Amino acid sequence: MNLHEFQAKEVFRKHGIAVPAGIAAETPDQAAVAFQKLGVPVAVVKAQIHAGGRGKGTFYESDLKTVRLQGGVKLVRTATEAKDMASKILGFPLVTKQTGPQGRVVRRVYVEAGCEIDRELYLGIVLDRKAGRPVVMASREGGMEIEEVAERNPEAILKETFDIGHGLQAYQARRLAFGMGLSGESFKQYAKIVGQLCRLYVERDCSLLEVNPLVVTKQGTVLALDAKMGVDERAIDLKKQPELEPLRDVEEEDPVEHEATSYGLNYVSMEGNIGCMVNGAGLAMATMDIIKQAGGAPANFLDVGGGANKDQVKKAFKLLLANGSVRALFINIFGGILRCDVLAQGIVDAVKEVKVSVPVVVRLEGTNVEMGREILKGSGLEITAASDMADGARKAIEAAGLKK
Amino acid sequence: MSILVDKSTKVVVQGLTGEAGTIHGNGMLDYGTQVVAGVTPGKGGTSWESKKGAKVPVFNTVEEAVRRTGADASVVFVPGIAAADGVMEAAAAGIPLVVCITEGISIMDEVRLRAYLTRTKTRMIGPNCPGLITPGETKLGIMPGYIHKPGDIGVVSRSGTLTYEVVWQLSALGLGQSTAVGIGGDPVQGTDFVDVLELFNRDEKTRAVVMVGEIGGTMEEEAAEFIRKNVKKPVVAFIGGQTAPPGKRMGHAGAIIQGGKGTAAAKYEALQAAGVATVRSPAEIGRTMKARLEGKAP
Repeated sequence: MNLHEFQAKEVFRKHGIAVPAGIAAETPDQAAVAFQKLGVPVAVVKAQIHAGGRGKGTFYESDLKTVRLQGGVKLVRTATEAKDMASKILGFPLVTKQTGPQGRVVRRVYVEAGCEIDRELYLGIVLDRKAGRPVVMASREGGMEIEEVAERNPEAILKETFDIGHGLQAYQARRLAFGMGLSGESFKQYAKIVGQLCRLYVERDCSLLEVNPLVVTKQGTVLALDAKMGVDERAIDLKKQPELEPLRDVEEEDPVEHEATSYGLNYVSMEGNIGCMVNGAGLAMATMDIIKQAGGAPANFLDVGGGANKDQVKKAFKLLLANGSVRALFINIFGGILRCDVLAQGIVDAVKEVKVSVPVVVRLEGTNVEMGREILKGSGLEITAASDMADGARKAIEAAGLKK
Repeated sequence: MSILVDKSTKVVVQGLTGEAGTIHGNGMLDYGTQVVAGVTPGKGGTSWESKKGAKVPVFNTVEEAVRRTGADASVVFVPGIAAADGVMEAAAAGIPLVVCITEGISIMDEVRLRAYLTRTKTRMIGPNCPGLITPGETKLGIMPGYIHKPGDIGVVSRSGTLTYEVVWQLSALGLGQSTAVGIGGDPVQGTDFVDVLELFNRDEKTRAVVMVGEIGGTMEEEAAEFIRKNVKKPVVAFIGGQTAPPGKRMGHAGAIIQGGKGTAAAKYEALQAAGVATVRSPAEIGRTMKARLEGKAP
């Protein structure tokens, strides 16, 4: 689960991490009021979406063709300017490197006190999978994407992994601060912020914490000028983070993926036209691969899980068919815990109830497979049986009319 | 021979009296696994009865279960919020092998667990895995036992149902398995490909290995490096997620391409360079192994 910048900064404040003063606004009038409340000579109006690259992004008219405005982060000097800028931004799609061509409609802006920047640094914390512990990454090149720096100049990234029980040690924070070339008051502040961010990462079950840039102001103060925070979905599911739960913004999530999650299904949208329903994530990925190899394109990834019931199968059908570009369905099941007869009955019931309008190809194998095949055959429905995965992929593509 | 488990392995099931524990407790007993104890805090002193009427004593703690029954492996079906604690309890009781089936443990708990286990002698398989099976002898997990055949092919995989698919392909071609290990689909695991490859490499019974990887992380690249340096036995590898879009988690918490890293292409390249017979089609894994053993595949 990702947080907006303004939400992440609120969390930062609670953890004692220095951020500039700021207020979120959903209307131009609110933006004007926010500017007045801040009482600063210069403020920044920042579009709030769950994607990076906002500063270099482009606003489009709702048709996504005509350019409206360059840049999702704008300087303003009066309440009127703040209001005008908000009205130019709110309700329009912002396209950045990370949003894809359809962009994201901006529903909120964050009005934040401006500051005089001396230096821009990068700080990020992620899981180091190999080490099995979090790693802090720091570089002097704030404002740059870390992947770019890693590509171009990997030595410029300093890394410190830490044990979550002990936290980041003071010497590690010092090593990073020295590495950033800091001294005096800003050295102390930097070392403190790094330690606080590591604590926040652990206490809030973060999957990602990124401050890009972390700035040193002309006055020598160290501030988190941006804040990107991702929270482990499982910690949310397990109710480990009740305070963060309400911060989920479903508008920022793929509606179909979100619906799937609420049914306990794993779904990822793709561009193709062969809908897939598979049990197990590994087999689901392999099914997408074999569809591609057979000359088709998968419309989705869908894992109904090891213990899917009839109701979930029905919901899965509805999800697949809600995608208008789907021209055939390929159901690939290896029955283990999920018995083939139970699944076959689920398919038959769902096809009858949901009014499936596209050809359905089913490949069944595993526990009670003979019973399952009999149920499909005896149903009187037009379901094409496949002998193995490759055969199923081929038949689904044929049925979709993509290949004769 | 086999790796990690055989018919002499004595198993305690943590969470035996729960729904999943009961289903798979029965499944394991039916396969011939020695399920000697169950652990459910608060139900100590009772016993759990299998569908076929076998009675298994239930204890409050793993320590007591070990002391009273001599269990030397544990299978964990404890729910996500408490599963890491369950594994730690088993490790503290001195159990050398813990198989954690549970899906959905928070990543921070997995990180904590990994740190804890490095200070013990316990090996964990999983979490979020189907477990492992030595065909004809014992299974510690949730896989359908009947698709397996005793034999000399080692199988190691990050997946569940895709492992079944591979085993099924192998068995249909008359290629039995020495041991099949599902190491799980999470980003922080107890046992990785290199660990299992090392065991298979040393195991006299294992003639060749099928490895099923997927996108995300660098475990396959590390495996390739290990194979290049140490493994003379034939290895066939498949990587799932060749068509997966970057930045999206494909069901498994660990299956995600991040910052251009963890792609199937990079993994295939590393494995090929290590002399592994790579296979792109998931329907051809068994046949590729057969051809390789007959000296027909690269």
